[in-house]
Amino acid sequence: MPKDAPRRWDRRMQQRLAHGEAAALGELYDHFASLVHGLAHRVLGDVAAADRITREVFTHIWENPEAYDPKQGPLRSWIAMLAHQQAVRRLRHTESAALADGEGTPEDLERKVHRASAAARADYIVTAMPAPLRAALELAYFQRRDYRQTAADLGVTEDEARRRLRLGLQLLATAHDIPAHTEGPTGTTGYGRAL
Amino acid sequence: MNRPDQPDPHDGEEPGRGPRDGDRQGDHRTPRIPAPRSPVEDGGLPLPQVPGAPPHHVQDARDNGDGGSRGDGLDHHVLKSLLGAWALSACSAPEATAVEEHLGTCGPCAEEALRLRDAVGLLHPEESLDLDPGLRTRVLESCLGRRPPRIPLPEWAAPYDAETARLDALLRDIGDAEWHAPVRLRWFEDDVPVNRKTTVAGVIAHLLAVDGLVGAALGLTDPLGVDAPPVPDPTRRTETFWGASRFPPTRAVREPWRDQTHELIRTVSFAGGGSGRLGVEYGVAGARGAEGCRTFTVPLRDSMVERAFECWIHAEDIAEAVDYPYEPPSPRHLHHMIDLAARMLPVTLAERRRAGRAAPSRELVAAGAPGRSLRLEVEGVGGGEWFIPLDSPGASGSAECEVAHIALDGVEFCRLAAGHVAPEEAAAGQMGDREAIRDVLFAAASLSRL
Repeated sequence: MPKDAPRRWDRRMQQRLAHGEAAALGELYDHFASLVHGLAHRVLGDVAAADRITREVFTHIWENPEAYDPKQGPLRSWIAMLAHQQAVRRLRHTESAALADGEGTPEDLERKVHRASAAARADYIVTAMPAPLRAALELAYFQRRDYRQTAADLGVTEDEARRRLRLGLQLLATAHDIPAHTEGPTGTTGYGRAL
Repeated sequence: MNRPDQPDPHDGEEPGRGPRDGDRQGDHRTPRIPAPRSPVEDGGLPLPQVPGAPPHHVQDARDNGDGGSRGDGLDHHVLKSLLGAWALSACSAPEATAVEEHLGTCGPCAEEALRLRDAVGLLHPEESLDLDPGLRTRVLESCLGRRPPRIPLPEWAAPYDAETARLDALLRDIGDAEWHAPVRLRWFEDDVPVNRKTTVAGVIAHLLAVDGLVGAALGLTDPLGVDAPPVPDPTRRTETFWGASRFPPTRAVREPWRDQTHELIRTVSFAGGGSGRLGVEYGVAGARGAEGCRTFTVPLRDSMVERAFECWIHAEDIAEAVDYPYEPPSPRHLHHMIDLAARMLPVTLAERRRAGRAAPSRELVAAGAPGRSLRLEVEGVGGGEWFIPLDSPGASGSAECEVAHIALDGVEFCRLAAGHVAPEEAAAGQMGDREAIRDVLFAAASLSRL
């Protein structure tokens, strides 16, 4: 597939949505519903809440297809960012209500929001990172292979295996970089063009 | 999305870190980083084997020949490169010790180690959360309610849209090996149950080949290409498609199948609801190729419902083969399918009568006049009541002329029409003319095919 084919698909999808094609909305859902639902579920830990975020995100896209700017990155990143924002907003809302009822402290709330937010972003980073890095992490973490075995399994040098594990974790660590309180409608970091 | 050049924290500027970094750098020598996740041996799992002594990468002259498994004498560069493996507990014990000693003396490495170890905590096994299939309908309806589409889906295409989406969601969840799980396709031929063995991928190839008939009616590219048989016979097309490759189909068949379903939905949407009257030609190949073949035309709107029905029935075959739960279609869509089968019964009865497989007509009435009828009562959500004229497809079904009554569940009726339940065994309440009941049940089963 030519390198720019996905971008062309993104632009075409945007045009079809703008044109009011119901079939395009169905295709959009089929492509991205599990991404949106998965991120929302990671943040909120509740299926019904994730269902609701899914509905809100797709409604937003259907009503505002022009809000997507293909120059800023893939459609997938934009949708992940919308799902993340919406879910974190919801979490903050429900947690603030709990706080008002005397549960926990503002620090607890911030910690919880940050943790949930980082976990969701990490999920996305793992799926979006280059496949060789993901494969190395998969072997070392889930299959509990050491780096020499990982190297042998992947058919690469041990140096390369160590490099991939380190780089994979460095990418993953960026999930922690955005303080939760800066996340708002403008906080698009973490789903940018790089990933 | 490629970031092969992630900056090395040692080479570039330091990203912002916690306040405790920097100022304490080097002021104590004990490892200040807690060890990573518990070693393998604590988990009751077998220890990763440490391979013996490949001579490599140890750049220190003190390397005494037992190679990289030993941690002593590793220089900063090597230790730094080990940080990822260390954080994942994926290096040898001597290496881990060497890394931990190094962290007590090297601030930048200690910072990175902490960061990477925290990152390990973010790794989760992928959750396989099955999306509620009903969620798709709810989300799309909510969207379309907020902003009505300029190009809506024709109502008769909605079951196909929903069923292909459900099957695709199932396919997304199954592993490579499951695509080759054996599936036994079952149907009725000449009033006896027959079956045919294929695989999950083979079933999708079958759907792709037969959906291609509908595509042809709309001017889409035939997935069979030049191999397409001249007779638009679903069975012949499937056999051709299966036979076109020397290798059995794999999961690679999913994408062309899914692309074609999307293309069909898109095309009928643009053609509009009125396109439902367009004809789709089906054929039954004769025993000797084109000779003796016959064709018949089905309106597109019925054809799309029939494809939705096939998609559901075969999705059930697949789900059973890979041991997944699978629900019946939504009541509204199920109703479309039952209605189509019920509407096909009078013509099917007439064909069977001509072939000597159904009782002769008893009373012929003028076309359109009420004739002897069987009341088909389909229970459950999506069900309803249909009056099937028994003696001629030209007669109209009528409550006044009811001579028999069958009552059965909607899903059971669909399984009967799919050839998955034998007519004699269908769990149906029966009252009245036994011959009429038998004829209708057998006619329903004969609607099935590969």
